Amino acid sequence: MANKQMTGAEMVVQALIDQGVDTVFGYPGGAVLPIYDEIFQQSKINHILVRHEQGATHAAEGYARSTGKPGVVLVTSGPGATNAVTGMTDALLDSIPMIVLTGQVPTFMIGNDAFQEADTVGITRPCSKHNWLVKDTDQLSDVIHQAFHVATSGRPGPVLIDIPKDVQFAKGTYTPKKEAHTKHYSPKVKGDIERITELAELMEKAERPILYTGGGVINSGDSATALLRELAKETGFPVTSTLMGLGAYPASGPQWLGMLGMHGLYEANMAMHDCDLMINIGARFDDRITGRVDAFSPHSKKAHIDIDPSSINKIIHVDVPIVGDVAHVLEDLLRIWKSRGRKTDKEGLAKWSKKIEEWRAKRCLSYKNSETIIKPQYALQRLEALTKDRKDRFITTEVGQHQMWAAQYLGFEEPNHWMTSGGLGTMGYGLPASVGVQVAHPDALVINVAGEASWLMNMQEMGTARQYNLPIKQFILNNERLGMVRQWQQLLHGNRYSHSWSEALPDFVVLAQAFGAKGIKCTDPSDLDDAIMEMIKFDGPVVFDCGVEKHENCYPMIPSGAPHNEMLMGEDTGEDAIGSSGAVMV
Amino acid sequence: MSPLKIKKGTSKHSAYDLKDPNGDYIERHTLACVVDNEAGVLARVIGLFSGRGYNIESLTVAEVDHEGHRSRITVVTTGTPAVIAQIKSQLERMVPVYRVHDLTEEGASVERELALFKVAGTGNDRIEALRLAEIFRANVVDSTLESFVFEMTGHSEKIDAFADLMRPLGLIEQARTGVAALSRGKE
Repeated sequence: MANKQMTGAEMVVQALIDQGVDTVFGYPGGAVLPIYDEIFQQSKINHILVRHEQGATHAAEGYARSTGKPGVVLVTSGPGATNAVTGMTDALLDSIPMIVLTGQVPTFMIGNDAFQEADTVGITRPCSKHNWLVKDTDQLSDVIHQAFHVATSGRPGPVLIDIPKDVQFAKGTYTPKKEAHTKHYSPKVKGDIERITELAELMEKAERPILYTGGGVINSGDSATALLRELAKETGFPVTSTLMGLGAYPASGPQWLGMLGMHGLYEANMAMHDCDLMINIGARFDDRITGRVDAFSPHSKKAHIDIDPSSINKIIHVDVPIVGDVAHVLEDLLRIWKSRGRKTDKEGLAKWSKKIEEWRAKRCLSYKNSETIIKPQYALQRLEALTKDRKDRFITTEVGQHQMWAAQYLGFEEPNHWMTSGGLGTMGYGLPASVGVQVAHPDALVINVAGEASWLMNMQEMGTARQYNLPIKQFILNNERLGMVRQWQQLLHGNRYSHSWSEALPDFVVLAQAFGAKGIKCTDPSDLDDAIMEMIKFDGPVVFDCGVEKHENCYPMIPSGAPHNEMLMGEDTGEDAIGSSGAVMV
Repeated sequence: MSPLKIKKGTSKHSAYDLKDPNGDYIERHTLACVVDNEAGVLARVIGLFSGRGYNIESLTVAEVDHEGHRSRITVVTTGTPAVIAQIKSQLERMVPVYRVHDLTEEGASVERELALFKVAGTGNDRIEALRLAEIFRANVVDSTLESFVFEMTGHSEKIDAFADLMRPLGLIEQARTGVAALSRGKE
């Protein structure tokens, strides 16, 4: 059967349908009008009109991370494309599959400095996994199918397709999905069996092992999560996770150590430092994790499972590198380890777990609570207590202290329920991400744990929430400060709070009302539970202005350039608690 | 006053570890990348080098398979062994890159560069330039009564040596292609 003739704009819609896309986040403009005209004339794809193109990209990230499917963004040329750059970079660093479709000025005007022209493929080359400028309608559908393949295979990431307006108008031949040229990009998913056997041998002898898991487990899919849980259960090895990997192993699990890294838990970081076998599963030795590289876990053998060969030996030299998809490798690892007799050093593990219990006893997340002021940690503990039983709870965050506290005090039982900007640290991520999550899960409880400064960066997306009746809950820990910046200034720059407070803040309750949402303000700890319940029960978007302690610091903390066993602890922690300085090295 | 008593400008004073863990043992490697000859592929490859702070000493690009639209990019780069390994795996994961050969590591290889030299002069200098060109097996590809254009191919060091000799004899301009390289043997 001859492949169908259609216009480029028709091809875009047809290719998206063939790829199983149900939702597109976008914003129209001159160079994408033909595509928007096609969207108008169909009903299979739901288009969500955002209020800013950056919002579209973060919403697509929230959609992608909460569903495991790629997020799709449609924006116009020039400013539409440049506004998408931050979200694409965010998706690149956090390995989120995303397809960005941009309009471009007609091919014959490219290079003329035409109205709303930008060198989109040039600008986005370093912030995409790959990108294409399509100058021929006959190639458009093939490229779109390739783009989905590239975005979702191997280590996922954002891709961009730049489509000039004349290519959208012209007719060409549609290439169906199964005939597209996708073969040459096919990253290796099966790990090397010899290496995996080597790791199984190390597991049998390890006295102080640790599973250090990351976002790669979640990207690898549900089977990877199940295999990780099986591995932990069968071996009894303790599990820690990066910020991106939270939920892969349940927070209620007996071997859970909590998050590791700069603001990770004492027991997790100490176990990383003192272990004799570190098994990195889908994490990348990020500098927020390693601290001082030459003092990183000095006595351990290290294995690293990663689908991206460039992640291996980039920062930390490992003894057993395994290139492959987490699910495939864990399946082989479990099979090999079981067939060798399911051996572990039981005596060593018992001692190790006793040591870990000693570290746990430090209760590193303790803080001094207050009767009169809401402590941010308390607010999150209450939010956790009042929402943790809801299996359909999704959390997004902005970036800063509140993000770290959320990672510390909220527990995640399942993957894909925690959406945060890890690698890029994009303030303004959380609100649009919560929009994307709620679009994908209309009946779920979607809460964006925010700081007031981050939240203001993309607050226009409240309009999107209102338009589509998305009942997102914006839980703003309002300290009237750029809390993390202020903390660093206090600890490292002599209390000189250079531009780190938020003056002239809006009245968030009135602001919520202006957007047609509900506003709640709470500043008294004794009112907090009722206020949180009011937020949860309200059927519609809510902006919750939670006035919290202004100068609270986020602990534990590994100062940069320090190893894992030199953490700063909060003043209420453990027996050797601290004097008036508010913090000590331990 | 900082409660941590941390010296300004040290790692602990910064948001990042300021110590370079890579050390200073630098190697020179010749890498050959076979890539799809698609729009922007060269920008993608050299953008990787500039974006990640890698060095390029020489770069040669041309389509080598016109039917399959494959190009060969030969890059001479320097870095610590860890950086060289990173460069290779960063190149290998790019979508239009088929293969990356590290010719320095994969056994013996031949490296050649083509250069053109314009040498202007008269009298003894001119005679000496021609005599040296013969020793170096450079060809004269253009001649006037007051100038020569020499063409030579060879290892980059040989070309450097010839350029050094020509300089006092009236070298006024030179053009070099950068290194092209292949592994020795039938593989």
